[in-house]
Amino acid sequence: MNPVITEIEKSQLKSEYPTFKAGDTVKVYAKVVEGGKERIQMFEGVVILRKGSLNRASFTVRKISHQIGVERTFLLHSPRIDRIEVVRRGLVRRAKLYYLRNVVGKKARIKEDRSA
Amino acid sequence: MTQVFNEDGSVTPVSVIEAGPCIVTQLKSVETDGYVAVQVGFGEVRPKHVNKPLLGHFKGGLSNPKHPEVKPCRTLREIRTEDTSGLQMGQAIQVGDVFETGDIVKVTGISKGKGFAGVVKRFHFHGADMTHGSMIHRKPQSGGATDAARTFKGTRKPGHMGAKQVSVRGLTVWRIDPEKNLILIKGGVPGANGGLLTISKI
Repeated sequence: MNPVITEIEKSQLKSEYPTFKAGDTVKVYAKVVEGGKERIQMFEGVVILRKGSLNRASFTVRKISHQIGVERTFLLHSPRIDRIEVVRRGLVRRAKLYYLRNVVGKKARIKEDRSA
Repeated sequence: MTQVFNEDGSVTPVSVIEAGPCIVTQLKSVETDGYVAVQVGFGEVRPKHVNKPLLGHFKGGLSNPKHPEVKPCRTLREIRTEDTSGLQMGQAIQVGDVFETGDIVKVTGISKGKGFAGVVKRFHFHGADMTHGSMIHRKPQSGGATDAARTFKGTRKPGHMGAKQVSVRGLTVWRIDPEKNLILIKGGVPGANGGLLTISKI
């Protein structure tokens, strides 16, 4: 990538995030506009993928809401994200946890990583 | 291309263009050239890489006060204008002098070459079935009526595609960076990375 473009992309990064990876359970505090007013909405779930680099980086969080799987993808450096909290570190063996879409119950468990 | 965040959190795709400084290398006037235009140069080049006729053009006439010496530039382009009174030879035109955020512009460049392309790629023909016994897939089929006994000029056929001048009108300047002479234009522009473009306000 051209260094001029890289510099533009780097200038938009947010630095205050905790490190997290696929398998971790996170709380994402996203800003939403409802009826002309802005408030912060929390979305908690398992990170099933992280992709992209610099200002294009994004991640997808999956949770089970009323027995329905719900996934939401966020742009990591978006101004719409207020903050991110890591609730639990997961121990997983792959970078993209697409298999979670096809499993329920005991198989959908993720072992906790207590090493950190 | 890259993308940038807006204040409301939406994302805009932008092309980053280094657009200056452009050095005025020649001012054409009705008296000497029959029309009014300004020739601008972009990019640095060492004098030993410029051929002699062009180097002479940059050096100008020693006795001609209207054509003083200017620094050699890598590329030259001529822009037709109606009035060059505000410009001087050797003057560096900066991005901030010409463009500002929100301007609607036309961007002209040389498109990416596609080589010898078939009609599906070149003229968006639909092509025929890949299966169901079809033995013709991406061919152009009929070349025209038989009673004409010839193929009409301009009939769409396979041939060379791309690597020609293309203009995109109506693009918006998302932001400019006067210090680094950058223009961020919303959307894509013609040509490969590192290509030479002409940007004009419309």
